[in-house]
Amino acid sequence: MKYRLLAAATAIGLGLAVTARAEDTAAEIQQYRQMLTDGNPAELFEMEGEAMWATKRGPKHATLEKCDLGLGPGVVKGAYAQMPRYFADTKRVEDLESRLLTCMVDLQGFDRAQLSKKPFATAGHKSDIEALVAYVVGQSRGVPMHVTLNRPEEKAAFEYGRELFRYRAGPYDFACATCHAENGRRIRMQDLPNLTTTIGAQRAYTTWPAYRVSKSLFRTFEWRINDCFRQQRFPEPGYTSDAAIALTTYLAVLATGAPYQGPGIKR
Amino acid sequence: MAMRIRARMKGDITAVTAIIAHPMETGLRKGSDGKLIPAHYIQELTVDVAGQRVVDSRLNTAVSTNPVLNFKLKGAKVGDKVVVNWVDNLGEKGTGEAAVTG
Repeated sequence: MKYRLLAAATAIGLGLAVTARAEDTAAEIQQYRQMLTDGNPAELFEMEGEAMWATKRGPKHATLEKCDLGLGPGVVKGAYAQMPRYFADTKRVEDLESRLLTCMVDLQGFDRAQLSKKPFATAGHKSDIEALVAYVVGQSRGVPMHVTLNRPEEKAAFEYGRELFRYRAGPYDFACATCHAENGRRIRMQDLPNLTTTIGAQRAYTTWPAYRVSKSLFRTFEWRINDCFRQQRFPEPGYTSDAAIALTTYLAVLATGAPYQGPGIKR
Repeated sequence: MAMRIRARMKGDITAVTAIIAHPMETGLRKGSDGKLIPAHYIQELTVDVAGQRVVDSRLNTAVSTNPVLNFKLKGAKVGDKVVVNWVDNLGEKGTGEAAVTG
């Protein structure tokens, strides 16, 4: 704990002091990442979500045990690996968070607008949806990502996501591609995966959602997209909006084949 | 959201990981209202394996929220109970247990 902190500080200190070579810094970042995997507090959120799934909640006082994530009502194992996907009841391509909202509304009687108002936890307020996400994604551990584009709606979402990835906007004229379409790029101490390559997309998409150590909070993929938009000084995307789901679909398809390792852990 | 304990035996070495849910507030942070958030952190953490005390520690505010404890030990057997107990500065207690797998 204290020694871990010391070792991490030394590792990063060494990386900066010795030389500014890209490989050295990358190696030190990798070493720090390795140290983080020795115990992931995301599992606490998985446990919380698992309990919440089976708890009667909301105005309808019902559990989520009949929620259909695409493999049939109540089937959670392996469900995340095939999302986002089209759902006939909502006539929409939905990512995991959108589908959880749908189930919380339909089965438990919650109000969708109310749930979407402050979906992300802060130091002062918890988020139920984050715990549910942690639980559901954890149930796809080891399952290869396999989002398929069978329906025209799914194909459209992929195309929309691909276009959005390259769409330059905001005061810096940034697109996702500005930072994420080249190899070997880094912003301060964060490696920027090249999301246009299979290996980059796989690495990025299978390490989210994740526990953010510096915030002691669990972050979902909708949060990741929201924060990317914030970093680009874009307008805030709607929670589970078509744009966010399209980008998720695009990345999920690029990441096809990679086995999902369960919730990740980040700095 | 209490605790997750894993105790895996490989050869004669058992690797134990305990992930403990706790805010671990230092008492130096200010909330969004500008007021100091009161200190709330684990002070005493003990681990017993098969009834024998193997870790007896005093923690302080340098430890992060949701602490992760990793250690290795020899002499355990598959099925031995690993019990983690903690007491924090407000007198609250927590406990969790798991069996050694191999």
